[in-house]
Amino acid sequence: MGILTFGILTARETGWDVIAPNLTITIFGLLTFAAVIFLLFVIGERSSVKAQEWVKYLVFLVPALFLLTIGLIYPAIRTLFLSFMDARGENFIGFDNYIWAFTKPEILTVLRNTIIWTLAVPIFSTTIGLGIAYFTDRMKRGAWVKSLIFMPMAISFVGASVIWRFVYAYEPNLNKPDIGLMSALAKAIGIADPPIWLIEAPMNTFLLIAVMVWIQTGFAMVVLGAAMKNIPDEIVEASMLDGASQWRRFSQITVPMIRSTIVVVVTTVLIGTLKVFDIVRTMTGGNFETNVVANEMFNQAFQQRNYGTGSALAILLFLGVIPIVAYNIRQLRRERTER
Amino acid sequence: MTQLAPKPSGLKLTKGRRKVKDAFSSPWASFFAIVIALLWTIPTFGLLVTSFRPKVDIVTTGWWTFFSNPNVTLENYQSVFLQGNNVTPPLSQYIFNSFAITIPAAVFPLTIAVFAAYALAWFEFKGRDFIFFSIFALQVIPLQLTLIPLLQLFARGQIAGVQVLPDMEITGSYIPIWIAHTIFGLPLAIFLLHNFLRQIPRELVEAARVDGAGWFMLFRKIIFPLSIPAIASFAIFQFLWVWNDLLVGLTFGGGVREIAPLTVRLAEMVGTRGSGWEVLTAGAFISMIVPLIVFFTLQRYFIRGLLAGSVKG
Repeated sequence: MGILTFGILTARETGWDVIAPNLTITIFGLLTFAAVIFLLFVIGERSSVKAQEWVKYLVFLVPALFLLTIGLIYPAIRTLFLSFMDARGENFIGFDNYIWAFTKPEILTVLRNTIIWTLAVPIFSTTIGLGIAYFTDRMKRGAWVKSLIFMPMAISFVGASVIWRFVYAYEPNLNKPDIGLMSALAKAIGIADPPIWLIEAPMNTFLLIAVMVWIQTGFAMVVLGAAMKNIPDEIVEASMLDGASQWRRFSQITVPMIRSTIVVVVTTVLIGTLKVFDIVRTMTGGNFETNVVANEMFNQAFQQRNYGTGSALAILLFLGVIPIVAYNIRQLRRERTER
Repeated sequence: MTQLAPKPSGLKLTKGRRKVKDAFSSPWASFFAIVIALLWTIPTFGLLVTSFRPKVDIVTTGWWTFFSNPNVTLENYQSVFLQGNNVTPPLSQYIFNSFAITIPAAVFPLTIAVFAAYALAWFEFKGRDFIFFSIFALQVIPLQLTLIPLLQLFARGQIAGVQVLPDMEITGSYIPIWIAHTIFGLPLAIFLLHNFLRQIPRELVEAARVDGAGWFMLFRKIIFPLSIPAIASFAIFQFLWVWNDLLVGLTFGGGVREIAPLTVRLAEMVGTRGSGWEVLTAGAFISMIVPLIVFFTLQRYFIRGLLAGSVKG
C-alpha cells in the first residue's frame, strides 16, 4: 500500500510513463510470488500422507538449493574457468591472467592496498570497539553512547563516502576559509598548508580505511558488549576483592573470557573488508594509488570488458577468504558435536 | 541457591551488582566513551547541517560557522528531490526504485529461506548435515566471484555458453536485481533461521504430527507463527542490506536509469563534476533517512539479528 501511494505521489512530478510500468511489474512480481506460495500449500496440504513425504522436499528445500546452485555454485566454478581464458572467455590462455596480476605494477599496488585494508580495518575497529564496549559495559546512559557509535552501520557505504568526502574536502585557495573539517582542524593546530587529503598517497588509503573503521566499530562494539554481559558478576566481584586494577581486570578476565567472540568479530570484519568496493569507488574511484581488488575486479570485468582478468581478480579475493571459511566450519562442527 | 533463604542471597546479589556498577562507571571511562561517541557523530552531523544551508554559505564558510550565523533553507532538498532534466530524473524517482527493489528483495529470500530452514531443521534425510555445512560455507563466497556468469545467465539465458533458458528479456527491469539479491541473501538467512527453528521444542512438533498434521499444516500452524520474531530480525537486516547496496544495483541494473536505486544515483552524483555540495549533502541525507528511521525504531530487533549471526556462529 505504502509503495502504491508513494508511486502515485512521485508520478505527479516525474511523469506517469516511467513510474507506471515499474509499479506494475513490482506489484505483479509480489502477487505472482504470493500466488505460487499459496498454490503450493493448497496442493501440499491436499496431497496424501505418502505423497507429502516427497512433495515436502520439492516445496521447501528444492527452491533454495536450485537458486544456490545456479546463483552461487555454478557461477563460482565458471569464474574459475574464465580466469584461465582470454578477455572474451573464448580461448584458453593458462596462467596468463594471474601472471598479469602479479607482474603489472598497478595491480601489485592494488594487491598491496587490499592487504593493508584487511589488516588495518579488523585491528582498529575491533580494538576501538572492544574499548568502548568495556567502558560502556555498566555505564549510566551507556545506551545513548552506543547508539551513536552504532549508527554508521545503518548508513550505506555510498552515503558514508559522501559524509567523509565532505570532511576531507580541500580548499586550494589559501585565502578562502575551509569548508572541510579536516583542513580546518589541521590549520587550527598549526599546519598552515594542509595536504590534498584524498590525493596524496599513501596517506589517502588510510583516510579511506578510516571510513570503514568508522562503520565497523559499532558492529564490533555491539557484539563484544553482548559477550561481556555474559561474564558472571561473581568473577568480576572476586577480582575486585583481590584488588586487581582496571587494566588487569580488562586484560586478564574480560578479554580471555570473550576470546572466541573476538575471533568471530575479527573474521566477520575481515571478510567484509576484503569485499569493500563502494567506499573506494565513491571516494577516489580507485585513483591516486587507492585502488583495491574488489574495485579493480569491477573495472576489469565491466569497464574494460575483460572477463579473464576480472575473473582472476575475483578468484584472488576468494583465496583470501578460504582459510577463514575452513576455520569457521571447524568451529561450527565442534560446537554441533558439543551440543 | 537454596529455597530456604532466597531473600538474603537476593539482597546480596543486588548489592554486589551495584558495587560492580560503581567500579565500572569511573568518570574517566565515561568521559572517554562520550568523547568517542561525539567524534563518531560529528561527520554525519556536519552533513545534516550543511544540507540545510544556502548554497552561497556552503561554499564560502565551514558548516560549523552555521551556529554563529544560522541561515536555514529547504531549497537544496526541493531541487534534488523534484527537479530533474531530460537526462536524469529527480531523486524522488530513485527513492521509488529503491523501495521497488528492496521490498521484493527482502520478501523473496526470507520466504525461500524459512522454507529451507524448516526442511533442514525438521526433515530427516540423508546428506542433511552436508547440505547445511555447504550452505554455511557459501556465506563467504564474495559477490564478485559470481557477477560475470550470473550476468551472462540473465542476459542470454546461457550456462557455460549453452542455451538453457530462452532469452527472457528481463535485463533493464527490476527482475535480475531481485533474483540476485534473493540468491545472495539466502545463505545467511537459511543459517540464522535454521538455528532458530531447531530450538522449537521437539514435543510440540511431535504432538502436532501425532494429531495428524501433515508437513505443510505443521509449517503453517506451528513453525511459521513461532518463527515470526526471527523472521522480523532478519527482514530488517536484509532490508538495510539491499537498500544500502551499490554493487548489485550497479551490475544487474544494467546502467538503466529508470530502475536504478538511490545508491547508484548518489555514487553517480559524486563522480560527476558540477554536483555541488548543496546537492550532494541533501542527496546523501535523503538516501540515509529511511535506513536511519528503520535503525532507530527497530534497533533492538536489528541487534538481535546481528548477535544471532555472529555470537552463535
